[in-house]
Amino acid sequence: MASGVQPRSHAALPEVGRPAGLALRRLRRNRTALGFGALFVALVALALAAPLWAHIAGTTPSKNHLSDTVVVDGRTEQVVTFDGVPIAPTWQKKFFLGADTNGRDVAVRLLYGARNSLFIGIAAALITTVLAVLLGTLAGYFRGWTDAVISRSLDVLWAFPVLLLGVALGVSLALGGLKVGPLEISGDSKWIPTMIIAVVSVVYLARPIRGQVLSLREKEFVEAARAQGAGPLRIMFGELLPNLVSTILVFFALLVANAILLEAALSFLGAGVQPPEPSWGTMLAEGITLLATSPHLTIVPGLMLVLTVLSLNIFGDGVRDALDPRGKVRPEHG
Amino acid sequence: MGRFVVRRLVGMVVVMFAVSVLTFLIFNVIPNGDPADRMAGKNSTPAQIAAIEREWGFDEPLYEQYLTTMEKVASGDLISYANQTNVVEEIKRGLPRTFALAIGAALLWFAMGTALGLYTAVRAGRWTDTLVTVLALIGISMPVFWLGALASYYLGFKAGLFPNGGYSEIGQAGVWEWVKHMILPWAVLATLFIGVYSRVLRANVLDTLNEDYVRTARAKGLTERRVMVHHVLRNSLIPIVTLWGLDFGMVLGGGAILTETVFDLQGVGQYFAESVGQLDVPPVLAVTLFGAFFIVLLNTLVDIAYAALDPRIRLSS
Repeated sequence: MASGVQPRSHAALPEVGRPAGLALRRLRRNRTALGFGALFVALVALALAAPLWAHIAGTTPSKNHLSDTVVVDGRTEQVVTFDGVPIAPTWQKKFFLGADTNGRDVAVRLLYGARNSLFIGIAAALITTVLAVLLGTLAGYFRGWTDAVISRSLDVLWAFPVLLLGVALGVSLALGGLKVGPLEISGDSKWIPTMIIAVVSVVYLARPIRGQVLSLREKEFVEAARAQGAGPLRIMFGELLPNLVSTILVFFALLVANAILLEAALSFLGAGVQPPEPSWGTMLAEGITLLATSPHLTIVPGLMLVLTVLSLNIFGDGVRDALDPRGKVRPEHG
Repeated sequence: MGRFVVRRLVGMVVVMFAVSVLTFLIFNVIPNGDPADRMAGKNSTPAQIAAIEREWGFDEPLYEQYLTTMEKVASGDLISYANQTNVVEEIKRGLPRTFALAIGAALLWFAMGTALGLYTAVRAGRWTDTLVTVLALIGISMPVFWLGALASYYLGFKAGLFPNGGYSEIGQAGVWEWVKHMILPWAVLATLFIGVYSRVLRANVLDTLNEDYVRTARAKGLTERRVMVHHVLRNSLIPIVTLWGLDFGMVLGGGAILTETVFDLQGVGQYFAESVGQLDVPPVLAVTLFGAFFIVLLNTLVDIAYAALDPRIRLSS
């Protein structure tokens, strides 16, 4: 509605075009941000291609090769030595990035782990966004006691040491699973860490959204819609939501980055993805104890994770520069 | 002002109450097995389990259990399910270690974050700005336990520059030994925050530079240094201080579980990590409350400090 009455001639002017077009042009000029955005897309593609590499390497993420041998530079080597030390990266099809102590192919596990870590990161960020937009819009639009209830609940969430809450929930749910009415989630499902991360992150986005809705609801275009007889639902989702898109975009990449780091932290503490299912967090948790004999088990998943989160952070930074409102997620994974 | 302070303090108590109820519910509503079952061990008779249930009050209604638990937290008599130690005593033992980590790291990240933020804002657009920005982003993109494990192993164990984890009491081995044990944990934990703080400060400084009062200060002929420190930095620091209050509160309250665990500092956070793995409810509840207390306290202090400085805040809402 509101966008329909905008004069079209504005789009032709060089720097005052539609805000979205302007932001897109600014982002296109930011080569670094675009490059890292492309890197993230490539990493997602790599994760999707995990079965392909598993086929090339001739194994699966959970298959043990404890007693197998592999030929490296013409020499036959044990995948896992008799003292339990796994082979280092061979840089060939089999055990490209080495093996772990169970004789599993690290490269294959890394790619399947990427699927889990990225799934949790993206799904959690999506759920966070939906919840935060819903809560923030309701609180900001209706004000009064609706706002009081939502805002005070967010205050409680804000006061929780997030990692402590996440770990407590994770350990508790991993044991018994979750039953809500007809919905039943088993304890080792990756939906459990996903939901935990989604819920503990809501406060980051819900607060700024509420603030924005509080000021947007007083604008003329909302008044115009109300005068035309639009109900609260139509105003919230037809008029206000399109104006929140830039805030949501700014936060989204940061939310995914933060969710991936939180997944790793929860899994490291045994409260996230449950073994034998691979994720970067569980791989790191296993690897760190073996740093002295098999550093590749720590360095490989760690670098992959840092590269992914870094690409999201740099891309998100570029999006923010292009759209310009302030977005920030507090580091909670200390 | 008095009414504002009272309102904030009441709000603080309400939030603490909500946190305690929520934490209690997490472990009592989610089905994760009967604690009496776990305490009785594998070869126990139903009679033994029932006796433990009576002794620990697991057979009472939930709100009774909650009240007894909170009473015990307040009086310092809270006992762990897993090893029957006094939880409050354990937290007290971890306190100096957690505080040492939190205070050192918080000072480091505040100082470094401010310095780098100011530097990059002044150099905005030049290659030094880009370099520091990229380094800051790398800093916030690393899992702290990964960085900690690598630093502890390569700089500590391999190069022998630092001890390989652990905590050293000042009273036992002296100040120097204590500092040597704390340098890596401080640096690793601070790395995470320096990135965020320098980015936020840079954005604030760049915003403030466009304010009219900065132009006025320059027009008056003040030196660039004086303009930067007295007019720009002072105003840009306000949001940083809020953030610092929250983050410092979180780390003080045992929020740095990962750093404490990976360096084996045996602080409050590590106590939490070890207890939660055994589903030992009393310590988990106590540490969460302890952590929430510091977050809420620092948050309230920051709010009150603002209200004292800015009448608009205490008069609205």
